[in-house]
Order: sequence, then C-alpha cells, then structure tokens
Amino acid sequence: MTRQLRLGLFGVSGVGLSALLLWAVAGLHAFGDYHERYGTLLKNVAVSERHTTNVVTSVVFDYRGFDTLGEEFILFASVVGVALLTRDARDERARPRDRLVSDPVGLIGLGLSGALLVIGLYVVAHGPLTPGGGFQGGVVLAGAIAVVYLAGDYRSYRALTPQPAVDFAEGFGAGGFAVVGIASMLLGSAYLHNFGPFGTPGTLASGGSIPMLNLATAIEVTAAFLLLFTEFLEELSVTRLETA
Amino acid sequence: MSYLPYALAVWIFVVGLYGIITSRNLIHLVVCLTLTQSSTYVLLLAIGYVKGATAPVFADVSVGTRAVDPVVQALTLTDIVVSVTVAALLLALAIQVQKRNGTLDPDALTEMSG
Repeated sequence: MTRQLRLGLFGVSGVGLSALLLWAVAGLHAFGDYHERYGTLLKNVAVSERHTTNVVTSVVFDYRGFDTLGEEFILFASVVGVALLTRDARDERARPRDRLVSDPVGLIGLGLSGALLVIGLYVVAHGPLTPGGGFQGGVVLAGAIAVVYLAGDYRSYRALTPQPAVDFAEGFGAGGFAVVGIASMLLGSAYLHNFGPFGTPGTLASGGSIPMLNLATAIEVTAAFLLLFTEFLEELSVTRLETA
Repeated sequence: MSYLPYALAVWIFVVGLYGIITSRNLIHLVVCLTLTQSSTYVLLLAIGYVKGATAPVFADVSVGTRAVDPVVQALTLTDIVVSVTVAALLLALAIQVQKRNGTLDPDALTEMSG
C-alpha cells in the first residue's frame, strides 16, 4: 500500500471515527456533573467496610482486585518478554563500564538515593491510608536504585540488583498476589475476597488482605523496573561494543 | 465547555492513531501508541471528576465529603505503570528489528524473514 493511499484511507476513516467518538462522549454527563452509582456507593461504604481510608487502594486491591490480578500478569508477561528478547547470547564482557568520577555528584546521588528509598517505602506502606500504594511506591523504589547507577557506577548498581534475586522477586510478587487470592478461597470465600481482620482505620495494620496485596504488588513492580533498567543498560553497552 | 475534556480525549486518541499510521520509525510508533493509550486516562479521569470535590481519600476529611470517583482513578493508576512495561517490551522488539534488518522503518519491513 502506498503512503498516499494509506493517508487517504486514514483521512476518511479518521474523520468517521472522530465523529463517532464525539457522538459517544456527547452522551456522557456534563464534565463535573457526576452521579454514577458504582463509584458513589464505593466512596460511601469502603471506609466502614474495609477500614482503609484511601478508597482508590481498596478499589485496586479489593473491590476490583481481580482486574488488578490481570494487570499484574500483563506487567509480568511484558517484563518476561523483555528478558527473553534481550538475554539470549549476551556477551558478559560487554558490561557497561560507565563510571562517574565527580565526587559532589556521587555524594548528592547517594543522598538522593537514600531519600527516594525512604519516600518509596513510605508511599508503599501508607498506600491504604493516604495517596500511594504498591504501584506508585514500587516505581519510586526502583528509581532509588537506578540513581546508584546514575551517580555511581554500574558495578555498584549490579551489586545491589543480583539477577537471581530480581528474577525471584518478580515472580514472588506476581505469584504472591495470586496466592493471597487462593488463601481467600481456603478460608471459605470467593477468590481475592478480603478475609480481614480489618484493624483500626487510619493505622498501618488496617484493611485485611489489602496491605498484603499492596506489598506483593510493590515487590513485583520494583523488580519489574529494575529488570527493565538492567536489560536495557546491558543492551546499550552491547550496541556500543559492536559499533566501537 | 463542559464537554471539552471528553473532546480532548478523542483528539489525543485520533492524533495518536495518525502518528501510528504515518510513522517512519518504530520507536516513534511506540511513543504514538503510548500517546493513544493515554487518551483513555484523560477520558476516565474526566468521567470521574466531580465539581469542587476532593480526592477519594478520607484520612483527613470525613466520609461523605464530595470526592471524585475512586474506580476510574484505580483503573488509571494501574494502567500507567503497566503501559510503561508494555512500551518497554515493544522497544525491546524494536531493538531486535534493528539488529536483524538494520532499519527501524516499518515500511522497509515488507518481507517476513525467519
């Protein structure tokens, strides 16, 4: 198909699609004039039912926990896919040798990494209470370790992220989420149904199985991003070696 | 005016599709796909918005305070993280294409080679 023909086809179908989409959104309620039942119900019952003050977290890990299981496995499958595509026949000599020699940057980086680590752990742990959770905190935690590479050297970064440990954490996080769901079934309720005890609202020990699923997600997301960083960094150095 | 955020989501979606269709570089194509996907976040968050409301977090405010929809927020936050890993998978595929065929132009990849 030539470029012109393709553009012409898109011109026609793009206008049609836009018209249909605009027609569809015109049937929605006006922006800000929200009266949907499902969200309204959850906002009102979640805190008293689950004792978690952050309703978004109780939706992610409880009311719509099964959807999140699906998302977890999309994440897992993508990361495994990246590992499969990049790991074959990689030359061990091709480790990145980047090394930062500026002491001030190294010092600031070390401080930043520590601060990010604390923020990440805080965001994960307080997910059921205040904005945050395993998905967001996991990315911050992986960032804390990536800063070690940026402000230090690749050797220190790899010492912090041994491949067997990262691989294990990735599988453990994804598997842990599914296992908490099975635990619900063994306790006589539906898959991923929250089995409590719910604890005191506003404390870390509240929400029943929500903190467990939150933690499993944090482990999986942290490991996933570390694995991606490592794979792409090593891929980069292989390319550099080949072009050098 | 009250439908403008929805129209914005439609605009982002269609512009992303245009980018995918006219792309001459696989990395550019992945970015366009991510853009198309992000239009769903704008749509979801716009649907759940409540005028003058706070976040659905009742740590400091009492239950029953006007808050935005927690369901669409939950869908969006999980998908933002997951979409990054999917983009990483597609970029890894682009690296393989470059290695095997020496080009990133999708139009130049007319023949399947195994």
